[in-house]
Amino acid sequence: MSGDVIDEAELVEGLRRGDDAAFEQLVRTYGGRLLQVARRFLREEDARDALQEAFLSAFKAIHRFDGKAKISTWLHRIVVNSALMRLRKKSSKMEESLEPLLPKFLEDGHQAHPSAAWPENPEEAVGREQMRDVVRQAIDQLPEGYRNVVLLRDIEELSGAETGELLGLTPNAVKVRLHRARRALREILDPQIREVTA
Amino acid sequence: MTCKELIDFLMDYLDGELPADEARQFDEHLEICPPCANYLASYRETVRLGKMICQPEKSVLPTDIPEDLVQAILEARRAE
Repeated sequence: MSGDVIDEAELVEGLRRGDDAAFEQLVRTYGGRLLQVARRFLREEDARDALQEAFLSAFKAIHRFDGKAKISTWLHRIVVNSALMRLRKKSSKMEESLEPLLPKFLEDGHQAHPSAAWPENPEEAVGREQMRDVVRQAIDQLPEGYRNVVLLRDIEELSGAETGELLGLTPNAVKVRLHRARRALREILDPQIREVTA
Repeated sequence: MTCKELIDFLMDYLDGELPADEARQFDEHLEICPPCANYLASYRETVRLGKMICQPEKSVLPTDIPEDLVQAILEARRAE
């Protein structure tokens, strides 16, 4: 990101002084990449709101930024938090069960529907954008508690401990949810990937 | 080793967290069970495709942020 070539120390100093120009530079330098992060969790309108809240929070908390991490890393964490809080507010329904989305087995432990091979690099057959939409829609079908774990662990690449801290789960619970969520995601994607590449 | 056991503990296997003798049982099962070998490959592919969606789209530069959103954020800060 272009933020890598700016003088971070100078920018942080400006933000601490309450400098309008520094705030605008922060938004323009990091906003595009961070909007993409928010969009991975939320629909467009909510993603924009989450980004706005995140920048305002960051500005208020700038005195707590100790400079040990890059400012982009610090902002990334704030945006993820902001997106998760927004998701939490929107989710008033009980956690849906994942069971209908998990693979089925016969009594002897064999797969009820033996898995067929997937084509290699399916995005090459159907185009990257179409495949991106298919995967995005599949992730959206996961119950929220599982979707968040996939987004944080596999996509944002946070550790199990970091993910647990954000979601109020133990690292072991994160691990169990991640495996269940990946299995469900594979089940959702299976017919679609074989169909779009047929 | 059944297909169910293999799939239930697949993440531990892929993460190298199984004891050696159990991992060997997984290897042996995968050699004789094409559906489980297919499952493992598609599980890995699921994780890879998930990561793909976070890579920036070609048409959008990472630094692109809509101007109206920039203005909304600046305005919100001024209003505080």
